[in-house]
Amino acid sequence: MSRFKDKGSKGIPAISTASLPDIIFMLLFFFMVTTVMREVDLQVKVTLPEATEVTKLEDKALVDYIYIGPPTNTLLGSEPRIQLNDQFANLEDIDTWVLDGISRRPEVLQPKITRSLKVDKETNMKIVTDVKQELRKSNALKINYSTAQGR
Amino acid sequence: MLKRAKKHPPGEINAGSMADIAFLLLIFFLVTTTMDTDAGILRLLPPIVEEELEMDKVKERNVYVVLVNDADMLQVEGEPMDISELRAGAKEFMTNPNNLENLPEKTRITATLARQEIANFTQYAAAATDPETRTSYVKTKERWEERLAAVEKLGEYMELPGSAVISLQTGSKTSYDMYVKVQNELEAGIRELRDELAQEKFGRKFTALDDKMEEDQHLIKAIRMVYPQRISEAEPVEVGKSQ
Repeated sequence: MSRFKDKGSKGIPAISTASLPDIIFMLLFFFMVTTVMREVDLQVKVTLPEATEVTKLEDKALVDYIYIGPPTNTLLGSEPRIQLNDQFANLEDIDTWVLDGISRRPEVLQPKITRSLKVDKETNMKIVTDVKQELRKSNALKINYSTAQGR
Repeated sequence: MLKRAKKHPPGEINAGSMADIAFLLLIFFLVTTTMDTDAGILRLLPPIVEEELEMDKVKERNVYVVLVNDADMLQVEGEPMDISELRAGAKEFMTNPNNLENLPEKTRITATLARQEIANFTQYAAAATDPETRTSYVKTKERWEERLAAVEKLGEYMELPGSAVISLQTGSKTSYDMYVKVQNELEAGIRELRDELAQEKFGRKFTALDDKMEEDQHLIKAIRMVYPQRISEAEPVEVGKSQ
């Protein structure tokens, strides 16, 4: 009888937390490996349109982004603006931006650069068409209409 | 005194705060990380050419005109259309199953025809004195060689004329959302055709072919010969202004 009683009185031993750091480190390494630092502060609001026939952009290092949408700062109005790198830009700046993007990369990779257009879905086509024309003039022909994955 | 100190092993470092440090780093990376993989519809813009293409060179039946007006309404080949029908429309244009007069006329490519043309153009190229004509002959010959490769993989097939193109034009107030939807439907139509063909010939879908494997690369190339992706990012034209 007393044997059973002894067992009961011992209580549940505390769970060892010795492996907790290991678990956390594992998670940490996962995020460190998968992380891509946000390079730019968005000045424009972009809600991407949905599409089903999408191709994944394989090499993020070979993608330059153009953002088009209404400014996040409402004081600047709601007319869609173009953002290149960290600031608002005009159509005339695209050429310089393209050349800058090319000169940052090694020569062998230069033809593989894709320009990804992240355009707000409410935007009119006029500004998009204008940007496309500028890209054509700068001979930046490989483009991607960035979309959210639909079903 | 020194002796006594030596006797004791050095105290262990307290690892209790390790988890806190790791947590701190973890939270930092959690916040800064962007998990979104960028995906979208890839397109190749046409280079700017100096001379204008002669429009009458391109037969009307070979162009599938898709217009989107400022109110996001669709007009295809002169008829209003709902976006849900666009995919089927694009597929019909690419295949022309009933050999209609107003859709592209297809030519049957056979192995014998391809071999004969290759032989012809090799001769022409050898006979040509002008370097410019020679390169154009060599190019045509190479094109026929690609066709022959496709025939070897797929058997005889019907080829779209070289000028067959889906031309997409938008108004200046068309919403980008609509534009992407239309692009998506056209892309889906071509993808479905390619999938069907690949399923029939290789028992696998086109999208399941791996472009990193050499064997599959040939198959992809062959299927692209039959159903080329020709969605024209044409010169901006003002559409639906007067209507």
